[in-house]
Amino acid sequence: MMLLLRIAATHIRNRMRQTVVSVLGVALGVGFSVAMAGLMEGSQRDFTTTLIDAIPHVEIVDEQRAPAEQPASTAYDAVAYFGLRPKEDLRGIRNPTEALAALRDWVQGKLAQRLSGQAVLRYSGQDIGMTLMGVDPKRELSVSKIREDMREGSFEDLGTTANGLVIGDKATERLGADVGDTVTLTSASGVAKRFKIVGLFHTGITTSDESLAYAPLKAVQILLEKPNVINSIAIRLDTIAQANEVAARAERQLGYKAVSWEEANEGLMEAFFVRNVIMYTVVGAILVVAGFGIFNIVSTIVHEKARDIAILKSLGFPESDIQQIFVLEGLVIGILGAVAGSALGFGLSSYMATIRFEFTQDVEMTHLPIYFSWTHYIIACLLALFSSGIAGYIPARKAARLNPVDIIRGAT
Amino acid sequence: MSLPAEVPAETSALVEARDLTRILPAVVPVTLVKDVSFRIGRSEFVAITGPSGSGKSSLLYLLGLLDRPTSGQVFIGGARTDDLSPAEMAHMRLEKLGFVFQFHFLLPEFTTLENVMIPMQKLGKLSAGDQLDHATALLADLGLEDFLHRRPAQLSGGQRQRVAVARALANSPDLILADEPTGSLDSVATEQVFDSLRKIVETQKTTVVAVTHDMDLAARMERRIHLVDGRIDWDRQQG
Repeated sequence: MMLLLRIAATHIRNRMRQTVVSVLGVALGVGFSVAMAGLMEGSQRDFTTTLIDAIPHVEIVDEQRAPAEQPASTAYDAVAYFGLRPKEDLRGIRNPTEALAALRDWVQGKLAQRLSGQAVLRYSGQDIGMTLMGVDPKRELSVSKIREDMREGSFEDLGTTANGLVIGDKATERLGADVGDTVTLTSASGVAKRFKIVGLFHTGITTSDESLAYAPLKAVQILLEKPNVINSIAIRLDTIAQANEVAARAERQLGYKAVSWEEANEGLMEAFFVRNVIMYTVVGAILVVAGFGIFNIVSTIVHEKARDIAILKSLGFPESDIQQIFVLEGLVIGILGAVAGSALGFGLSSYMATIRFEFTQDVEMTHLPIYFSWTHYIIACLLALFSSGIAGYIPARKAARLNPVDIIRGAT
Repeated sequence: MSLPAEVPAETSALVEARDLTRILPAVVPVTLVKDVSFRIGRSEFVAITGPSGSGKSSLLYLLGLLDRPTSGQVFIGGARTDDLSPAEMAHMRLEKLGFVFQFHFLLPEFTTLENVMIPMQKLGKLSAGDQLDHATALLADLGLEDFLHRRPAQLSGGQRQRVAVARALANSPDLILADEPTGSLDSVATEQVFDSLRKIVETQKTTVVAVTHDMDLAARMERRIHLVDGRIDWDRQQG
């Protein structure tokens, strides 16, 4: 084996320039695939983390997946009903204490109850439609990252100010209001209540910043005339992977619709999958092209070394040895390329990780998310070795079948 | 003339050809060798002669297991070779046969010493140190002790051909087959190579079968097999 490797190494050493080009071809393939995989997985992880931080892992809302059964259908045994006026049902999760207690029994994570509704905010003669979110500030902070988005005041103040209001900075900008000012909120049914701005947040999501406000749960229940009612429960789990399971169980237990973050972002997950498929296709194409380079150089060597092949065969090297020599040549190029490519990929990823973007407006300075993983290197190197092995094998088989007599006869 | 293949060959014959025929398949098949039979013993020095196209080289390739006969058999060391697999034939070439061709056929990227050591490394019977000693001794016997680390391109034609002889001897074969070993050499180099082949027969009890069209050289060998049109015209011992 060592002897065959030495012969193979001698062959490729004597074709330095072509060898370098082929090695570079493989190296580029491996390098780019590693860098791209790092960037792809990095951005995917980055995005997922941002997403998971921004929304509850599981959210239970006051909806059913199917329309509620009407009293008429329970009373009479009929196939279908027409012209029924559906029963007015008070929406919301009733008995929230009981529901929360039931969930706390088994859910491993933090829970927060919310009541959200629409209200009109009035200040200095201007009206803005707002989504008002009634929360228990301590619990809310345990399930969301709103604390990190606070620009002025503090979210905890909602717990000490009964009519406190934390509002997006865009909305106050429009109104000309600031922390400490008092604003009036009016519900759809005409109830008006005065709130005092205790904090400003900036999430970077424009709709939230323009029209979302947090207030203590009790105050919102009064404003919306829904005493002791909530309409969603947000859950932040200790183990994110359990989200689907927990959502399914909560839905079965409470009868309300429970949505996991994965279900809520199904389209996004599919997009990630498609993106990965595209990436591996492109990387595969690069490596196939590199494989052609190897095929070319090994074929040339086989052609040029026909006489050496005849010599080795006449000396008593079996066909399998001849084949091994040329497969080894392909593999040596592949290994050199894989090593150089891994280094190139590492360099590229490291460099990309240092690139910083400064967005002009809201979002703070950011950099390309690069995820370093051995798996990327192993996959890329294995693919490179596989393609170089195949690229060496095809001409190697031809070399093994060369008939020494033909070459010896034809020698001049 | 035809013997059944089952008849065991006598042990005295190192090489035996029985009704060897080699026909190249083509639209008009070409007969290279036709019904050739002979026996060659140990430590013989045999010339195969004949006009060009008489099948000398083809016969040599058949004896060297580089080619398979269309019919007939080659026995080496008393053993049939027609039922050997290509890998077994390769191993027999490695262990029992040595070749010297008209053109030196050395591996150009390897030094003289490495070229001689390659068959030993492949066979792997000697330790690395013994391989080096053996190769050095072989080359020294052929007067090449000063050229151990040169590449083939840095040697003269005669020197290259002697390296090829040393390589043929690497695994101490029973039989050396030479195809026009002096065909491309001047008279001085021819003499050196011829002498080295004769010395092998005398000192190592190895049989040398050489194809040549040099009648002068052929006349100086012990036995001569003359081919015409792929058949043996005559086969005689000479003084």
